[in-house]
Order: sequence, then structure tokens, then C-alpha cells
Amino acid sequence: MSRLARLGLAVTLLFALAAPVRAQVKDDTPRNYGVGRVATPGQIAGWDIDVRPDGRGAPPGRGSVKDGEKVYLDKCAACHGEFGESAGRWPQLAQGKGTLASHDPVKTVGSYFPYLSSVFDYIRRSMPFGDAESLSNDELYAVTAYVLNLNDIVDDKFVLSKETWSRVKMPNQGGFFDDDREKTEKAFWNSNPCMKDCREPVKITGHAQAVDVTPDEKTQKRGVE
Amino acid sequence: MTQPTDKKRTTRRRFLAGAAGLAAAGASSARADNAKNLPPNVADWTRQLGEGVGVRAYGNPSKYEKHVIRRTVPWLTATPESSVSFTPLHQLDGIITPNGLCFERHHGGIAEIDPNDYRLMLHGLVEKPLIFALDELKRLPRVNKIHFLECAANSGMEWRGAQLNGCQYTHGMVHCVQYTGVTLKVLLEQAGLKPNAKWIMAEGGDAAAMNRSIPLGKALDDCIVAYRMNGEMLRPEQGYPVRLVVPGWEGNVWVKWLRRLKVGDQPWFTREETSKYTDLLENGKARQFTFLMDAKSVITSPSPQAPVKQKGFNVISGLAWSGRGKIKRVDISLDGGRNWRAARIDGPVFDKACVRFYYELDWNGEELLLQSRAMDDTGYVQPGKDALRKIRGVNSIYHNNGIQTWALKADGEVENVEVG
Ligand code: HEC
Repeated sequence: MSRLARLGLAVTLLFALAAPVRAQVKDDTPRNYGVGRVATPGQIAGWDIDVRPDGRGAPPGRGSVKDGEKVYLDKCAACHGEFGESAGRWPQLAQGKGTLASHDPVKTVGSYFPYLSSVFDYIRRSMPFGDAESLSNDELYAVTAYVLNLNDIVDDKFVLSKETWSRVKMPNQGGFFDDDREKTEKAFWNSNPCMKDCREPVKITGHAQAVDVTPDEKTQKRGVE
Repeated sequence: MTQPTDKKRTTRRRFLAGAAGLAAAGASSARADNAKNLPPNVADWTRQLGEGVGVRAYGNPSKYEKHVIRRTVPWLTATPESSVSFTPLHQLDGIITPNGLCFERHHGGIAEIDPNDYRLMLHGLVEKPLIFALDELKRLPRVNKIHFLECAANSGMEWRGAQLNGCQYTHGMVHCVQYTGVTLKVLLEQAGLKPNAKWIMAEGGDAAAMNRSIPLGKALDDCIVAYRMNGEMLRPEQGYPVRLVVPGWEGNVWVKWLRRLKVGDQPWFTREETSKYTDLLENGKARQFTFLMDAKSVITSPSPQAPVKQKGFNVISGLAWSGRGKIKRVDISLDGGRNWRAARIDGPVFDKACVRFYYELDWNGEELLLQSRAMDDTGYVQPGKDALRKIRGVNSIYHNNGIQTWALKADGEVENVEVG
């Protein structure tokens, strides 16, 4: 150790002994820690798969309803049904128009999804279930076009691509509004809630045991062995 | 997930069939005691040596606790890879959920990510797009925060009436643990935000590649890119090695197996924030971006899976939480919401975390209608189910934070009921 360094150490020690013990405080001023590496355009391209409602992010490629039918029957129909009606308990992709305000709403691509991108982006990242990100861009465009066609959103001759993107009008685009709970549920804020005789004596109006859908213990896995 | 009425009911037998009846005061519990372990006799475990250290290199709960497990509702979903298992709330106490019992919700199964090959990409409207390895994330400044995580669909099967007879099933899509990680704010500062940055998209690296939009304000406020829960690395089913923590907001935005953060100037309207996780009202219109979880509480014991075993002195125990802030008070009713009294909160009270409450009573076998009602520090009071249905209808699936009623019967059994 150099003499200067030794002197520095001595001074530090002296301070450490003399100064009151004070914990290091969290410093929130933005700082570059020099951690992490620059992501290259090539790296980003492989993962950058999201698509927005305006079509930003959609890959090059095109696909017709006709070609989409083949892809769909091959890779989707086993779960979602030949006409998008669902094969068993898998999600239904078509029909359901006019049911949203009913007692039994059927939410599908045609009845509920607000944007083409909401379907396209999802199929691109998650479907077919169990074989994600396996479709080519053309297959992706084609099968999406076919799902739209199953919902009567585009005709049999339609070809989906970046160029035709904005022509697709989803029926339920206007069906959503932003969270308004703080306005419409204002009554739930109450600094002095009722404590005594808040309602008439209550009666039981429904029993879970009567519905009887609670799983049996026999359907459960056991704990660690 | 769908309403059970739409589904084949594959299991019909009652969960509690055969549960032991009420024991007389002072008598021991249902399982027969073994007299050779009881005084004046001396049990084997007192005479003989047990297993040495290291035999249980990673310890498990006692073999007598094998019934304390996450449970599933098989009819609920088409496949276990996109499904849910529920936290056994009725078997737990305090505010921290053990890691192995935190409920699971996956959309493409549990990704098994090699931490060595883990990468987080941060790009979009930033000055410098970045990639972080796990070790690099761990070098950044750390925070520790205890938060609840509730799935927006928790209690979703109860909109149309009492359905599932057990608080594990009615309320078990919630857990509360301590997270360790780096704040999202610090990460974003490393890349530098462009002036038009307004939203962040978080994306998972699992087979669902789950993606959700989060407003920048929230991202800079209290979000954490977390790699530890309760001190140890995240469990695979909770997003190992890295998940997003979005305090107080619905579980779906807490993206697991986090692989990408993209900064944009508008939300993405992904499938998960349109087709799912929007709240359909009676008029056919749906609320979107209902991120925040309103104040909620539930009595965890007694409850249908945790009946009262003896008359006399008993402790009612439950959990309360709010996405808007701290729980301020929890009230208890024994008569279905007619009269209320304040419960006792015991243990720490953190922002956007579970609190534990107790109410002690001498019970002589009279029938009770037990309810709990949470209040938070914004003055929000957990509403009754009817009040909630008046505004949200019964088709919402998500965001059911209505007051739960348990009917305690003379024999100590408890049932999930609706009252009016
Ligand atoms: C093995 C069964 C299976 C196959 C094959 C399959 N899917 Fe799916 N699909 C699912 C499941 C399961 C979900 C829901 C997953 C979730 O929500 O976690 C789903 C969801 C969807 C949705 C969203 C539905 C909604 O209402 O939100 C679309 C769209 C879709 N699939 C399209 C496709 C297309 C197109 C193909 C063929 C390329 C395909 N699927 C193949 C099982 C399947």
C-alpha cells in the first residue's frame, strides 16, 4: 500500500470511529449503473411479435380465406370445432352475435373482440395451443382471415395483409369503455358505515350444497411425500 | 373460465361428506388419540432419536400436513395447462402464504427456464434498447415488498349465487408474499424513456407469451421486476426466474417468466385485455382496463372446509386486502350483515398487502350467518353482493369483491350461502 493510500485508510478509520452510525439511505436520483447490454436490431426482431390495433408490428405476408380454411381444419378445428363452435370444452371462436346483453353471453371473435390485432396478435403468440409460434406469416394471415370469415366479418374472397388490415371492421369495437368505478361506484366509499340494525333480519336465499359442484377430495393430488 | 351451470358436472359428491360432527366441549378432536403417546405414557418420539440434519436437505412440511395443498376444480377448464389451482386459505394463518401453496394460474403450462439462458429485453420508445441477464438484474439496487396478488377472476364463480362450498374455491385465487427485485423505474431509467412514452407492454416467455399493457404512471410508481419470493428464488409456477409485480392490480398483469418490456405511446388491446379481463355489464357493454383490485375480505376459518369442532371459546380468523392502499378496519357480523362489530387486526399492516383479522367468541351452538367487511384507507367499504350486482350485473366474471356469507350450523358445519 502506498503511503498516501495508508494515510487515506487511517483517515477513513478515524472517521468511521468518530462519526455516529448512520445507515446508507436509498438514493432515488436516476443513475446509469452500467448494467445490461444493448439489444441489437437482430435480437429484437426475433422477439418483437406484438401487433397494435393500427396494424403496427404486423409482419410481411398475406393469406386468403380459402388458404386459411386448410390451415384451420388442419391445426385448429380439433379443438375449436369445424365452424368455430368449439369441440367439447375448448373456447368457441364464432357465433354469439347479439348475446352480450343476455343472461348467457357468448364471447367470441365475432361477438366480443374489439380489434383485428387482438385476435391476430394472440394467434401469433399462443396458437395452436401446444405448438406456439409455429405458423408461417402467410399461414397466420390466412387462418386469421378464415376465423374472421367464420364470423361473417369478411367475405369468402378476402385476402388479409398489411394492406387490407384497415378494411376489417370488428362488430364489437364500440363495446368497451374505460374503468369508471370511482364515478359509478362512488357509493362504496363511506367513512362511517352502518354498524347497528343495518337491514331487516336476513334469510338464507341460496345454498352451495344445493348446487353441488364442489370438487371431491378424490380428485385432488396429495401433498409432498 | 365459465359458469359451472354451463359445464358438465363431473364431480357431484359433496366435499364434506363424512366430515366429523361436533364434539362435545372439552372432548378431543375427531381422529382417535393413541393412548400410548399420551400422559402418563411416554411416546416413542421422546425415547428415540429422530432423523439427523441434512436428511431433509430442502425441508417439507410434516407428513401429518399432507392435506394442506393447492386444490383444483376439474370441471372448470378444458386442460390443466391453461387452468388454476387454489390456495388453501382455510388451512393458513398470518399474512404470508408459503411459496408452495400460492395459487397457480397458467395459460400455457409452467415454463422451465434455465436461469443461465434467461434474458429480459427492454425496447420500444427508449433511448437505448437493452438486454439483461439474470445476474445483471441481481446487480441492480434491490427492494423488498410484501404484496397480495389476486386473480381478477377470484370469486368469479359466485356471481350468480353460492356455488362452491369452500373458501379455498371461493376465495383461493389470492396469495401474499414478500418480493425481492429491482424497481421497474430503475430498469426503465437504464434504457432512458423517449418523451412520447406512455404505456408499457409486458410479455411472458412461456408458451402463452402472455402480454398486457400497463400505463407508464403505474410502471414508474411501484412496479417491481422480482426474482425472489419469501427470500428464495421464485417458484417455477410463479414465473421463475423473473416476474412482474404490479402492486394492488389484477394478477393477470403480473406477467410471469417475463421476457420482454416494450415501451409505447398507446395500449396494445391484447386478447388478455379485451376478450379476457374486461368486465361485461348487464347492458352488454364492458369495462376495460379495470386493473385495480377493490377491498375484499373473507373469513377463512370457520368456513365450509374448516368446520367448528367444539362449542365454547373459538377464534374466527380471516384475511383482508385492498389494491387501493392499506386495510384500515375489518368488521364482523354474526347475523348476516344486520349488526357489525370491529374485528382485531393482528400482525403487520402493509400497503396493498393481506392483513390478518380475528374475532373471538363464545359459541353455544346457535346458528350464525358469518360475514366480514373490509375498509381501506381511501374510505372504500367492501360492498354486499346485492349492491355489487346492482351495478355490475352477474356476467362480469371478474372483480367480485362482494361480502361472503358462511352459515354456521348447530353441528359446527359451515356452508356457503346467499342471504337476502
Ligand atoms: C389443443 C387445442 C387447441 C388447438 C389445436 C388450437 N387452440 Fe386456440 N385455444 C385453445 C385454448 C385452450 C385456448 C384458451 C387458452 C387460454 O385462455 O389460456 C385457445 C384460445 C384461442 C383463441 C382466443 C379465444 C378467445 O375467446 O379469447 C383464438 C382466437 C384461437 N385459440 C385460435 C386458434 C387457432 C387459429 C388455432 C389453429 C392455428 C388454434 N386456436 C388451435 C386450444 C386450442
